[in-house]
Amino acid sequence: MKELLKELKDRFATSKVVEQRPNEVFLTVKKVNALALISYLKNDAGFGHLVLLTAVDWLEDGQFQLTYILNNHSKKIDIAVRVMLDRDKAEMDSIHHLWKQAATYQRELKEMFGIDFPNSPRIDEPFILEGWQDIPPYRRDFDTKKYSEETYFERPGRVTHDPAEYMKKKLYPEE
Amino acid sequence: MADLKKYRDKFPDKNPDGTNIIDLESHKFIHVWQGPQHPGITGNMSLELILQGDEVMSCKTHVGYLHRGFEKLMERRKFIQCFPLVCRIAVPEPDFNEYCFAASVEELAGIKIPEYAEWMRTLILEMSRLTSFLMWLGGQSGAFGLGIIAQWSNLVRDYMLDRFEELTGGRIYRMFIIPGGVRGTLPEGFEGRMEETLKEVERAMKDIESTLFSNSIFKLRAKDLGIITPEMVEQYGVTGPNARAAGVAKDVRKDYPYLKYPELDFEVLTDTHSDAYNRVWLRFREMKMSVDLIRQILVKMPKKGDFMAKMPNMLHWKIPKGETYVRAECTRGEYGFYTVTDGSGYPRRVNVRGPSYTHAVALMEKLAIDCNIADTAGLMTSLHTYPPEIER
Repeated sequence: MKELLKELKDRFATSKVVEQRPNEVFLTVKKVNALALISYLKNDAGFGHLVLLTAVDWLEDGQFQLTYILNNHSKKIDIAVRVMLDRDKAEMDSIHHLWKQAATYQRELKEMFGIDFPNSPRIDEPFILEGWQDIPPYRRDFDTKKYSEETYFERPGRVTHDPAEYMKKKLYPEE
Repeated sequence: MADLKKYRDKFPDKNPDGTNIIDLESHKFIHVWQGPQHPGITGNMSLELILQGDEVMSCKTHVGYLHRGFEKLMERRKFIQCFPLVCRIAVPEPDFNEYCFAASVEELAGIKIPEYAEWMRTLILEMSRLTSFLMWLGGQSGAFGLGIIAQWSNLVRDYMLDRFEELTGGRIYRMFIIPGGVRGTLPEGFEGRMEETLKEVERAMKDIESTLFSNSIFKLRAKDLGIITPEMVEQYGVTGPNARAAGVAKDVRKDYPYLKYPELDFEVLTDTHSDAYNRVWLRFREMKMSVDLIRQILVKMPKKGDFMAKMPNMLHWKIPKGETYVRAECTRGEYGFYTVTDGSGYPRRVNVRGPSYTHAVALMEKLAIDCNIADTAGLMTSLHTYPPEIER
């Protein structure tokens, strides 16, 4: 693992390496090197299993973080590759040629976060939502509560209790 | 089944990459939707099929009928408030969601849970696996026209739910595993009642084994249906029994041991040919293993102990910035939670890796081609897919 991480640092200038567990490492790579790093891990380093691909919205930094978790089954180790994207121009190279299921993940990210993956199959087809007009709903600036208040009407006779208040009364009455 | 293939019409012509050339204007194809109320799955999901005669030429999966936005909803709930949400991501075995989320939160907050709680979690997870297998067995046999087996297996599943009820208070959604440990101890006399239930399960499984696996209709239809080759396992992200039936010994319980699994005696079951029949047979053997593991756990676990670590006030609980991925082996494959925290009292982002995400979309779209339309339901159940974990 140590040699591999050193090699990745030399070849792909990886940074912010965090060893979360002995067999689970998180690292950041620049967008230009990302596809080369992922292809290298898959084809030459034995990381053949794409565990997941997802995004995190860092609204205050104006960035999206893409996380690719890759797994090496024979050595039983995981490497999670973080790629930071500019939030205004969110676009990333597609990896559908490396894994068949990656196209599904990318379709979901396009719909839920508005991150584009040019040339990925069926990327513009809606995956979960149908006829969605608003901003992509998993972005941090999309307010689910406001949306549901505007879209749905309240049924009369319904009382809503604040769950936090209720829990405070039940669990920590002395505070 | 395999012999019938050679009588197949040579039409339609193939593209150089082996895909069928489909021209709907030629009136030689039928375009149908199967679902959203689909016989092949627990939940709602539809297949858009293009048929020629009764053979599937192309298949597209459509999901979104159960989308409730769990991951987004969790971002504005405190960690403890997420627990009634996460279990609803997978109805047949909600405990894996609770375990993975609790374990990732504990890892990020640096909490070590007591040993007794680890045993309790192992017990709950293994009971949950058995219960989920029993539900799947009903769907699988029903999809091939053996409805009576569904009644037998769901009856014993109900007995298992009784055990869950006395242990946790809930039948379907338990919310028993929470950060810091579990919510209670074993009730008095639980081991004896559990043993009675396991005997019932074994009795039903004996009947099912002789009814299902020597049924010629089931054999004819399931053999060579939806073959997953070992090369496809990594290409399509296949995990769990689907991969193990192809001979790839992937089992999170052995590969990345968690909770008390290292102290239990079991082996990774594999097969040599991942078609629908062998996948069913492999899962059936795993059910037997699961019964054995529950017995082992009840013998090996301590009789009493602390079930909860010392926890801070849950309402003001803040977790330092970090990210982690925690996985567990559920009945369908690798179940994982990727959790990101930012130092506040709320999770920054939670992503659920359900095994059906890869099995029901990319893999299903590949396997359905050239299979008979009547077999798509059986094929889907043999992949053991479950839509809510696709759309979360």
